[in-house]
Amino acid sequence: MLQQIIQILPQVIIDGLTLGFVYAVVAIGYTMVYGILELINFAHGDVFMTGSFIGAAVLFFMMSVGFLSSLPSLIVFIIVMAITAIVTGLMGVGIERVAYRPLRKRNAPKLIALITSIGISFVLEDVVRFFAELKTGNYIITSPPLFNQKMTLDIHSVMPVFNKITFQSSFILVFIVTIIMLIALDIFVNRTKWGMAMRAVAQDRETASLMSINVNRVISITFFVGSALGGATGVLFMIQYGTIDPYIGFILGIKAFTAAVLGGIGNIRGAMLGGILLGLLEMFAAANLSTITHGAMGAEYKDVFAFIILILVLIFKPEGLFGKAVVEKV
Amino acid sequence: MPNEFKRHHLELNQVESFYGKIQALNGIELYIDKGEIVTLIGSNGAGKSTTLKSISGQVQPKKGTILFEGMDITKNAPHQTALLGIAQVPEGRRIFPRLTVRENLQIGAFSVKDKKVIAERMERVFSYFPRLKERLEQKGGTMSGGEQQMLAIGRALMMRPKLLMLDEPSMGLAPIIVEQIFDIIKEMNKEGMTILLVEQNAYQALQIADRGYVIQTGSIVLEGKGLELMTNQQVREAYLA
Ligand SMILES: Nc1ncnc2c1ncn2[C@@H]1O[C@H](COP(=O)(O)OP(=O)(O)OP(=O)(O)O)[C@@H](O)[C@H]1O
Ligand SMILES: [Mg+2]
Repeated sequence: MLQQIIQILPQVIIDGLTLGFVYAVVAIGYTMVYGILELINFAHGDVFMTGSFIGAAVLFFMMSVGFLSSLPSLIVFIIVMAITAIVTGLMGVGIERVAYRPLRKRNAPKLIALITSIGISFVLEDVVRFFAELKTGNYIITSPPLFNQKMTLDIHSVMPVFNKITFQSSFILVFIVTIIMLIALDIFVNRTKWGMAMRAVAQDRETASLMSINVNRVISITFFVGSALGGATGVLFMIQYGTIDPYIGFILGIKAFTAAVLGGIGNIRGAMLGGILLGLLEMFAAANLSTITHGAMGAEYKDVFAFIILILVLIFKPEGLFGKAVVEKV
Repeated sequence: MPNEFKRHHLELNQVESFYGKIQALNGIELYIDKGEIVTLIGSNGAGKSTTLKSISGQVQPKKGTILFEGMDITKNAPHQTALLGIAQVPEGRRIFPRLTVRENLQIGAFSVKDKKVIAERMERVFSYFPRLKERLEQKGGTMSGGEQQMLAIGRALMMRPKLLMLDEPSMGLAPIIVEQIFDIIKEMNKEGMTILLVEQNAYQALQIADRGYVIQTGSIVLEGKGLELMTNQQVREAYLA
């Protein structure tokens, strides 16, 4: 049994990291907004979903005008990513302006904002479904092929305990692009002036405003960055997994949120690590549950496995694995 | 000289502020001239902090006007007022706990683009508070109470404000540190900074102040020169006992 698990371990790690990086980038959107507004922005998963559809729409459009065959795939990819990130980023800013800011001005309880975000979630799902059906007659979309060559890495011949690894070429793209996004965000938050303002607002909004920081602008920037990253990740998801529907944001959103909690909600690096960990656990469970339980449980129980881990972690470390560890004097 | 030509640096006219339905200020009348140290004293809950918050824009007055250099700032958002050159060292210091000392100082100069200017101002702050220089990479929240107060003042100085408002800077500090901080306030004033000092420690505040106001349940009940107030019977009984 152990031998079987080890054989497929490299494949599990590769698949787990791919999924984990996707969770990580989406988790950042949850954790940043929570850090600043103490709001669980449930709509964020659907911003991710909307991003995947916007990406598909741009891709279909480029295919219809012949760009897909005349331009290098990488250029097409960059254009799709850029357009999607800008549109979903602005969408996030718009959602905050229209739905959350008025509540904030009236000092509405946090619960009201939470319910509002669930409402926005439904609105996004239905609007996307409406347009998808209007255009294609079906709300499940198969994306145009991009980076879908099959590749094999034969580590078996070097280390015989392992099986070969197979993957789609898009995997490399997902891998590199998500890492770039994570590093860029980390630099933005920790090394730039507006990143510092964001941290200050998260720690003490009132005092930040005394430092001539326009708090509303910081909140807008936060929503822009989180939503742009989330939407761009939707595009990666579409390219990597091929089919999308208006409901992919729900379960993925819950998992990314779980990753954020796992890492300590409000902690950006924690969210990154939480996402990667969750992706690895999930893929490990999917690949091995059947072996471990001698066929009693199949891969479809992977989520149960992942959430049991989450609950165990939170029982012993309620502040999350990488929760805020700084001692604070009053 | 006719009165309308003599413009005060800061002027509060009949300012009324509320928290929800609770009225905290019932028509505050107060002015500060350029270069003065003015102190506002009063007991717990009298409305001292609310007066500062009304000036800085953290609380929006319902009635009355606040003029700074002749400009109406009554309805300004806090960041707008800060940009005009009014800094507030809030009650309880309010250091950003998970920013380093360096970042806490940098954020005081948030509106300044020129890195050289920021570095110069930081050196200036170190000349007042050498201790901060030794602790640049420490997280603000792990500093001692006195160090945090120095950092809070240093952070406000990074704005190079025209008017510096301090809300109970002596709170919870050992007498030697309080002495130090008051000395620095005097020094900053000598260099031309106008200061509004809120204190419960009335004795020390009145000693360094040019003028003082006594506030009671949201209204100014007495005003006068620092030394006058110190010898006033009412003040002696209520605040200097
Ligand atoms: N956030 C708030 N919500 C409701 N009431 C408040 C709030 N802040 C202050 N108050 C009330 O407003 C009044 C004035 O408070 P303020 O903080 O200005 O007093 P203070 O003079 O600064 O007192 P202290 O010396 O204790 O700091 C008090 O009655 C207080 O209870
Ligand atoms: Mg007070």
